[in-house]
Amino acid sequence: MFGRLARQTTTVKQVASRLSARAMGTVVEDSVGPKCYGGTYTVTLIPGDGIGQETATSVKTVFDAAKVPVQFEQFDLSGFTSESDNLMQEALASLRRNKVGLKGILYTPIRKGHSSFNVAMRKELDIYASVAHCKNIPGIDARHKNVDFVIIRENTEGEYSGLEHQSFPGVVESLKIITRPKTERIARYAFDYALRNNRKKVTIVHKANIMKLADGLFLNTCRAVAREYPSIQYNDMIVDNTAMQLVSKPQQFDVMVMPNLYGSIVSNIGAGLIGGPGIVPGANYGREFAIFEPGSRHVAKDIQGRNTANPSSLILSSVMMLRHLQLNEHADQIEKAVNKTLSVDGVRTPDLGGSQSTTEFTKAVIRNL
Amino acid sequence: MFSLTRRAFANTQIAGVASRGMASAAQQSAVGQYVGQKNGNGNYEVTLIPGDGIGPEISKSVERIFAAAKVPIEWESVDVTPVLRDGKTVIPDEALHSILRTKIALKGPLATPIGKGHVSLNLTLRRTFNLYANVRPCKSVPGYATHYSNVDTVLIRENTEGEYSGIEHEVVGGVMQSIKLITKPASERVARFAFAHAIATGRNHVTAVHKANIMKLSDGLFLQACQEVAREFPNVQFDEVLLDRACLQIVQNPSQYANTVMVMPNLYGDILSDMCAGLIGGLGLTPSGNIGRDASIFESVHGTGPDIAGQDKANPTALLLSSCMMLRHMNLNSHANAIENAALSTIAEGKAITADLGGKASNTQFTDAIIAKL
Repeated sequence: MFGRLARQTTTVKQVASRLSARAMGTVVEDSVGPKCYGGTYTVTLIPGDGIGQETATSVKTVFDAAKVPVQFEQFDLSGFTSESDNLMQEALASLRRNKVGLKGILYTPIRKGHSSFNVAMRKELDIYASVAHCKNIPGIDARHKNVDFVIIRENTEGEYSGLEHQSFPGVVESLKIITRPKTERIARYAFDYALRNNRKKVTIVHKANIMKLADGLFLNTCRAVAREYPSIQYNDMIVDNTAMQLVSKPQQFDVMVMPNLYGSIVSNIGAGLIGGPGIVPGANYGREFAIFEPGSRHVAKDIQGRNTANPSSLILSSVMMLRHLQLNEHADQIEKAVNKTLSVDGVRTPDLGGSQSTTEFTKAVIRNL
Repeated sequence: MFSLTRRAFANTQIAGVASRGMASAAQQSAVGQYVGQKNGNGNYEVTLIPGDGIGPEISKSVERIFAAAKVPIEWESVDVTPVLRDGKTVIPDEALHSILRTKIALKGPLATPIGKGHVSLNLTLRRTFNLYANVRPCKSVPGYATHYSNVDTVLIRENTEGEYSGIEHEVVGGVMQSIKLITKPASERVARFAFAHAIATGRNHVTAVHKANIMKLSDGLFLQACQEVAREFPNVQFDEVLLDRACLQIVQNPSQYANTVMVMPNLYGDILSDMCAGLIGGLGLTPSGNIGRDASIFESVHGTGPDIAGQDKANPTALLLSSCMMLRHMNLNSHANAIENAALSTIAEGKAITADLGGKASNTQFTDAIIAKL
């Protein structure tokens, strides 16, 4: 069944190699999870376009200062040229080797050109669960207080299937694919996440009143999984109402699970509630691989190269990465330093109404280590 | 089912082509314009669909206010409780003929009948009258404080296709395919209306909201249609924004969108219009208009309020603001302004407001207060 789906975007050979890689994961436990040699982890770093280079530099500087035992393998991919294909393959090979990546956002051309490298990477490595955490940071003035919810988004199918065709000039069909196995997988991830992180409730976001089959399958599958977790409450909410509730009473949300496109919308509304994309970290998990990247996924081409970008979202994403690598002490140290820089010292980049530069912010974080 | 929808689609496509021809022949700004005529008494006739639940109460309130403001309108009240004919959901002939004749209707909330075979009534109305553009303005209401104080957005949603095409099937067990359908005629039609609306409201700026980086063909076609139509309106500013960026920017600072008319495919419009409504206090305060080929229907988009129906507690603001939108559509601007100002200043004073706005007044008292200000 999945072969049939996958054939549209990848060759049979690629699928076969992926399947064998996945199958191995269940047998040889060692091949799963990050590698640590001589006390040092190697992590693939893809700074991305826009503000990627500046924020990645900030992370590297902070890691150096905190003596984090992580070595980066950097790939300067760009979505602005379609010639990055070889580099893309190298980056993927590196990710397969290292199992863990830290990544900025790659630009995707509109209407024409290559399809999204970001999506391709998640699909290729089957990194199915995107996790973004929207929580107020003390000291940052936001319209809404006490916001603390986690968005769990299916990353590999739905509206981002990439299956489109023009059946007649001027008539385009775009396929949204929802499957039971992938929905079950993301639902289970969401409920597991709620259990592991002492969260109380999971909200299933859907539009099953209109897309009765596709979103209906998503909703019913999530509900079925929910029954396996009697200690976690759950409810469901139609996506348009969710958007309205988010901007009026965001405190009602705890963990939210949803198909791909709605995740893009909700994570951006969430970022808007608490002070912008500059402070929302994110992570993408698969069975074998994990990529950490800013939660609202903006290239921010408009402020590229001005040394004004807020590196917090990438630094906080790297903190999530350090926790994934079990480097909890370093994670805590850096997270505290960022929080202190923002809340106590009041060092602010322009996106938060301040005038400090990326470099100044980074220096302040290092001082607070 | 598949063949049925295909055929239905072919019809709309032909209709789309026909309306395109008309639009280029007539004045561009005439897209979606009201074509009703005054009757022998010098009044326009408007079909009124009071609706279910709190619908009749809030419709009554609008009727009283219109009478007091001496709006040159005669209401023709109809019932649209759907009937099944040959297995299809249709609205009763009386309602159909009334709206086709008056070309304009005001509608309260409708309860969607539960049970197999019935399509939602809103969808039925949309199909029956080819309501292709949904107009959703959201403006902060002074006196009703929310977290946002500077909201003034206008959003136009393509209403006939996109993600809501209704074309879905199960490929194999556990694999569902839902087809988002984007066509050039429908995209051009809604884009052209958006530009006409931008001119009519003095905004002179249209922003297309899309996700054409991911959905390159479908959203790409929508965007391309907008870009092409934009060339016909050199005096109207045009730009485009990615859906996720628009969400972020509106929530962060909605005033960035105060001078533009957003236009977007069906699903995005559905989500963003409700999000904008949330910024100003919910669906009880936001008007909505559906512009169509055969008629235009203005409505309140909130629910039927079964818990408070019949108790004189309902807030008629959304329907009243929709009726003001309708009056502007009919070029009765001075009446629209008078009624809107009376309603908004009543809310701003806060002396006679309904419970949902934090007051203690009944619907009748609120309506009386508005009438006293006319």
